[in-house]
Amino acid sequence: MNRRLYDKLIFEHSHPGRRGHSLPRNDFGRHIDELPESCRRKDAPRLPEVDEPTVVRHYTNSSTNNFGVDTGFYPLGSCTMKYNPKINDELAASPSIAPLHPFQPSSTVQGALAVYWQLQRYLSEIGGMAEFTLNPFAGAHGELTGLLVIKAYHQSRQDNGRDTVLIPDSAHGTNPASAAVAGFKVVDVKSLPDGTVDVDDLRSKLNGSVAAMMMTNPNTVGMFEKNIPEIARLVHDAGGLMYYDGANLNPMLGIARPGDMGFDVMHINLHKTFSTPHGGGGPGAGPVGVRKGLEPFLPNPRVIKTPDGTFDVVSEDSSLGRISGWLGNFTVYIRALAYILSLGAENIAKVGPLATLNANYVLNRLKDVYELPIAGPCKHEFVFDGLKDKSTGVTTLNVAKRLLDFGFHAPTIYFPLLFHESLMIEPTETESRETLDSFIEVMRRIAAEAASEPDTVIQAPHDTPVSHPDDTEAALHPVTTWKDLCDKLNS
Amino acid sequence: MSDHRFFPHTDTDISEMLAACGAKSLDDLYSDVPEELKLRQAYALPAEMCEKELRDYFSRLGNENRHMVCFAGAGYYDHYTPAVVNAILSRSEFLTAYTPYQPEISQGTLQYIFEYQSMMCELTGMEISNASMYDGATATAEAMIMAVNSSRKKRRVLISATVNPAVAEVVATYARYHDIALEVIPEHEGITDRAEFEAMLQAGDVAGVIVGYPNYYGIIEPFDGWADSCHAAKALLIMNCQASTLGVLRTPASLGADIVCGDAQSLGMPLNFGGPYLGYMCTTKALMRKLPGRIVGATTDRNGQRVFVLTLQAREQHIRREKATSNICSNQGLMALHTAVYLSLIGADGLKRINDLGFGGLRYLADGLTATGRMRLKYPEMPFVNEAVFRITDPLNADIILEETARQGILAGVKIDECELLVAVTEMQTKEDMDRYISIVKNIQL
Amino acid sequence: MLYYLPTHEYARVEGNIATIGISEYAARQLGNVVYVDMPEADDDVTKGEDFGAIESVKAASDLYSPVSGSVVEINELLIDNPKLVNEDPMNNWIIKVEMSDPSELDSLLSPEDYAKLCEAEKH
Repeated sequence: MNRRLYDKLIFEHSHPGRRGHSLPRNDFGRHIDELPESCRRKDAPRLPEVDEPTVVRHYTNSSTNNFGVDTGFYPLGSCTMKYNPKINDELAASPSIAPLHPFQPSSTVQGALAVYWQLQRYLSEIGGMAEFTLNPFAGAHGELTGLLVIKAYHQSRQDNGRDTVLIPDSAHGTNPASAAVAGFKVVDVKSLPDGTVDVDDLRSKLNGSVAAMMMTNPNTVGMFEKNIPEIARLVHDAGGLMYYDGANLNPMLGIARPGDMGFDVMHINLHKTFSTPHGGGGPGAGPVGVRKGLEPFLPNPRVIKTPDGTFDVVSEDSSLGRISGWLGNFTVYIRALAYILSLGAENIAKVGPLATLNANYVLNRLKDVYELPIAGPCKHEFVFDGLKDKSTGVTTLNVAKRLLDFGFHAPTIYFPLLFHESLMIEPTETESRETLDSFIEVMRRIAAEAASEPDTVIQAPHDTPVSHPDDTEAALHPVTTWKDLCDKLNS
Repeated sequence: MSDHRFFPHTDTDISEMLAACGAKSLDDLYSDVPEELKLRQAYALPAEMCEKELRDYFSRLGNENRHMVCFAGAGYYDHYTPAVVNAILSRSEFLTAYTPYQPEISQGTLQYIFEYQSMMCELTGMEISNASMYDGATATAEAMIMAVNSSRKKRRVLISATVNPAVAEVVATYARYHDIALEVIPEHEGITDRAEFEAMLQAGDVAGVIVGYPNYYGIIEPFDGWADSCHAAKALLIMNCQASTLGVLRTPASLGADIVCGDAQSLGMPLNFGGPYLGYMCTTKALMRKLPGRIVGATTDRNGQRVFVLTLQAREQHIRREKATSNICSNQGLMALHTAVYLSLIGADGLKRINDLGFGGLRYLADGLTATGRMRLKYPEMPFVNEAVFRITDPLNADIILEETARQGILAGVKIDECELLVAVTEMQTKEDMDRYISIVKNIQL
Repeated sequence: MLYYLPTHEYARVEGNIATIGISEYAARQLGNVVYVDMPEADDDVTKGEDFGAIESVKAASDLYSPVSGSVVEINELLIDNPKLVNEDPMNNWIIKVEMSDPSELDSLLSPEDYAKLCEAEKH
């Protein structure tokens, strides 16, 4: 990563009269100005006017101020930043996919439909579910879709009083937000000191208004919810369904399947467990799986295999409806399918144990200097509550920023909310021992610095392109466009 | 030796690391998982494939897809993608990064999102854009929820019958489960019925009104005065717009729109059988803090440098939980990069040329098809840019045309019903392609 | 007379008018306030229901009304200068409400009880 800031915007390279496009010859004449004046825009949009080499240099330079999984270790807890295999990108960029229009006749896209169908079968096997829809675009979108499946299920039984979703208080904020978008009320379930669900508190909150219980397993502190059979039984006895948030599925590969744990509906983040690149925030994919009996409620449209072995796209009246324009982020599926096939049955089963080994290794080598509020063994990730020595004034934020100086991405910080100084570390199975050792060494060095020269840590980062941006100013007087920037300069 | 090229550890690494954890075996690390839950047999999945086998596998599947000259649109358009876009998108500093939580090492991502936001505001004429959303349909559903949330108590939303049906269906799903009363404003001769709209608005309790621009039939509806009616009723005007045509059409901002949203696929994103695309969403400064999704803003750092950060995060789900403006916690980052690179290369001049090619091509095709006596424009009096509905003369019908053209590698359009076809033209279809289309229609034996 | 809600809003009552803002404790907890979302004059507010929201860089909280009634005035200074809430929350109030049911005041916390609540929250 380039440690000097490349600070130009593409607008600052603009020069009137330059162009970067290469378009077909116009055989028809230029007539757009013949549209009625009331339909036409008065001024052209003020887009940059730049030549092709300038565009390439601009974005290439800009990329050197960015840190990705390919740059270095990215222990961002709950995000499963594993290596993104290059063969997947090559296959996803295939010219046999790019020109396919969503509304082409099914007979002309049998290969694409086979990808969809095959992937949903493999995910069903891994999740222990009957069927998957791949339509949801992201994890949060999967949560919403899964909750709507649950709503449609209860409604189909005329069980209309179920308006509540139970969510552990340790859950990621997306869970309650998704439940609210799905039109549910949210009731928190308390956690025990070890971070797992308080079954007594759950019992006291179960009644005829509960539509579902939404959980991750392992949970957000990296602990396996060992009472899950009892929790599932209690929720089912109360008439509710169990929803599995697949954010933490990685350590379960090769160990246990959500379907076998008693979950009825689940989503998987393909950009986490199935190695598709995060793309700076997306596109991801959040396929949703359901147990037998819930398939009719999956969103439209659906891909089916017909008796003659061909594939087709259909819509069903029993469905919860449509949640996406078409069948989701298609090229993400190609990558996920390629990942599953690259590993094969035997190696997929090793993903979980190897990820868990790496997390426990880091935990054990750091727990004497960082505060471990919940004793291990953890699963794929764990949480420190800041430094063990609280007298130095060095916070989790400081530690995270100091890590940047040493070429590591920061862990997830201040989440989960159960602890004041949460520092959540998830080293995935694709990190080598040498990488983990060098991270451990740096974390120990930071702990030592906190004691000997706290200011070095508190003032960090020192060696990044940008240091201490003013967040308050950004939120107080938002400047969100090039035009805003120009207006600000002129005022 | 390690077991797989994605797994670095050797057996020695594993045993030494286990020792450091005080464990004897990998199973020990799962001693808390009840035995009855554990996998009893290997996954029923295929065996590992090497890269060569993977390429063969996908190439076999690829051969089962057919490429066609694409006159289908209906929300997704076959536009040209510059080579530079793919080259930049494959830079792994962009591709393998996550959401830019650490601005110190994410200026690349933050910078292109800022550029993307700026460009979308230029296209729509609006004041603020978010960092993008999943697709045009979900962005429109989010716009509806935003309108309802801004109104605090109103629960009615109106949607024109001329909005793309796939978008309308997604909006309806979100409305149904969100206790929003979504009502359809009927159409008349291909455009939204103004009198019905005014009457429905007068009935009160309307938080927002959703219209399409151009609409599903490719028509540029006259929306002058609609915003005034909406605002008089304290409702928001939400315009779902096809991004590429905004390069030449009167801006939604100048029509008084409060929220502008839609799919940016038409900005050169490969069709890719449905995605990834990008949903965009822009609004006014007054509604800035109701806007869902991520937003990037400029500020300065300790050394006085101009830098970019995620801002206005207090609205978001990780802080607001069930009170957030939306449950969305990502954006289509890479597709925002696509949009920024694409619009940098294409520019205002390129967008105008692209629209000229679509407009000129569609008129040429329409003249040719009309001359066959078998197809004609359904709304010849209405302004359009690059898409229009054709009526098919009996006894010919949509299925026959689609079938006959498909035989010769042409996707003739999207069927609306037996006697109507929605046809789109972009810079990708040549005059020869259109001549072939016309000649097939002319020569169909009945 | 000064009253509080457990959600940290205060109501200072003079005659039939309640002046509503957030407590010093809440202002400190929030950190730098960057935006106050306020209703409009003449809007109705209901006791216990949200009438707006207050945002800092890292947090946002709904504002709950201690009383029911009609908004007679909003503090327009906060539109351009929301930081005033941090500087002096008791004088930089948010809205003034003409109360429709002064008996609602009976169920609010006294300054002493509120201080005890804050003390308990710190632990």
